[in-house]
Amino acid sequence: MSSASARGHVGRGTVSRWSLRVLGLGFLALLLVAPLVIIFFETFKDGISAPLDAITSENGLHALKLSLLMVVIAVPLNTVFGIVCAILLVRHKWKGNAVIDAVINLPFALSPIVIGLALYLLYSTNGGWFGPTLAEAGLEVLFSVPGMVLASIFVSLPFVVRETVPVLQEIGTEQEQAASTLGANAWQTFRRITLPAIRWGVAYGVVLTTARVLGEFGAVTIVSGSISGETETLPIFVQKQFDAFNEPGAYGASLLLALLALMTLLAMNLLKRKEDA
Amino acid sequence: MGISVEGANKSFGDFQALDDVSIEVPDGSLTALLGPSGSGKSTLLRAIAGLEGLDSGQVLIDGEDVSRKPTQKREVGFVFQHYAAFKHMTVFENVGFGLKIRKWDKAKIADRVHELLDLVQLPGLADRYPSQLSGGQRQRMALARALAVQPQVLLLDEPFGALDAKVRKDLRTWLRRLHEEMHVTTIFVTHDQEEAMDVAEQLVVMNEGRVEQSGSADELYEQPANEFVMSFVGEVNRLGEQFVRPHDMEVVLDADAHTEEGMVQRIVALGFEIRVEFVLADGTEVWAQLTRNELQRLELREGQIAYLRPAQAKSFNGSSPSDPGASTPRGPRDEGDAEVSAAV
Repeated sequence: MSSASARGHVGRGTVSRWSLRVLGLGFLALLLVAPLVIIFFETFKDGISAPLDAITSENGLHALKLSLLMVVIAVPLNTVFGIVCAILLVRHKWKGNAVIDAVINLPFALSPIVIGLALYLLYSTNGGWFGPTLAEAGLEVLFSVPGMVLASIFVSLPFVVRETVPVLQEIGTEQEQAASTLGANAWQTFRRITLPAIRWGVAYGVVLTTARVLGEFGAVTIVSGSISGETETLPIFVQKQFDAFNEPGAYGASLLLALLALMTLLAMNLLKRKEDA
Repeated sequence: MGISVEGANKSFGDFQALDDVSIEVPDGSLTALLGPSGSGKSTLLRAIAGLEGLDSGQVLIDGEDVSRKPTQKREVGFVFQHYAAFKHMTVFENVGFGLKIRKWDKAKIADRVHELLDLVQLPGLADRYPSQLSGGQRQRMALARALAVQPQVLLLDEPFGALDAKVRKDLRTWLRRLHEEMHVTTIFVTHDQEEAMDVAEQLVVMNEGRVEQSGSADELYEQPANEFVMSFVGEVNRLGEQFVRPHDMEVVLDADAHTEEGMVQRIVALGFEIRVEFVLADGTEVWAQLTRNELQRLELREGQIAYLRPAQAKSFNGSSPSDPGASTPRGPRDEGDAEVSAAV
């Protein structure tokens, strides 16, 4: 009697579990996997040479380099800022925190185009707030790398903060206090206790930041002026190839972007596995 | 290194955690801060360590005012209730942490860590992570970590609070022995009066942010300063204005001028010790602690009427402890009353 009812219960559980799985995986397949697979097939439909040529063209390589440069500059800056900001929000309670908390979410809330326009207005040499002064000092922000870096930082700013805050809250302060009773100063405590404890939150934030910087299109387009071979990142390169009806080139560069993002994720997983072993 | 705290005040918003607290802890002693939760005992301990700043008042360690010194310079060993183990470090790295900070060389750290792991009876577990240890083992690791840097004073915040009863008893015996060997001035916080009396030489009883009384376990038990201390350090019955320990409740079968009538409500046998619960005519519930022999001699049964005589009682209305003969207990009630209560 009891075993029969238990079996019936398991049966119902299995059915609902499988329907949930099918639903979830189907959703993922349709919305995420299918577009990626299509890009893959479209890229290599007419052989490997056309997409390879596009990527290895002078403009293509320059776009790749520029995109990586954005990552190399924006990601470390946002990582340091994100950690400091998270510590400020979690460990040093004061009234201004609510404001900081809200402002940090702005890049999530604003359309990247709006961010691009805002930066344009600030740094335009033609009537912008900071533009003319900086131009006199010899620093060109718009239509060059500094402006693109600013845009990249702006759009990817919240990730490290958002991923680090909950981890910091969860680890609590006791380990840090224990370290201080053992003679560790603030920096030693941070480096030896806090940072190792929050490292996976930070790492996840870094991965998301990297992906966002690599993929950013809207804000960077506006401040860069999209000058081929000069201020063209990979996403802009993709768009230009697409507009020029060079579809294999567009798909090839898209695939490259997707691969870079996958590699970031993979790198984190490998690091984590090594750590756990 | 003696510790003293003078006129300490600390508020968290509207809550006064410490209200003009002064304590004196002699060099090499083992002192318990005892009190209910919210009494300020942990705040006081954390203030001594510098983990909590005082609004006013002073903390002196070995005569030196350390009130302005940051925690890392106070050279205190601190043990937390929930161990505060460094989760990403092995037992070895945990215990050696303070030494590494002090830039000891590796061979010396290894020697010292293994010596300490032997001392806390965790040899062979050096390469484990805290998650692979039991609660008792984690707490011993935390103690070894605190002792590694040879602190001037050792502070323990409810160190056994998160452990089960058996482990707790073992650990407190062990802590007492450790203290006898090391003689480092030790303060530990607990809400468990039995634990405090078992381990500590000196007790400081706290309540609502104030020190109610300090002294040895005997002093607190025999001469409690007030009702709070009397009821906190042991069981107590209230008879009108008087407070009587259950073992000072004599039970007799014949009334006289100093007895109070009560009906036996429940008899609970706790091994050799018997707990006999009475309800008095005015509804007050009291209990007497008897031995098995006494119970057999009296032949008490539930529902029976018997007479209670406080052998020793205290009252705290500004007067010194009164002796029961001087008080005026109510006389035995008339038969009708007794019958009613017996019939219940």
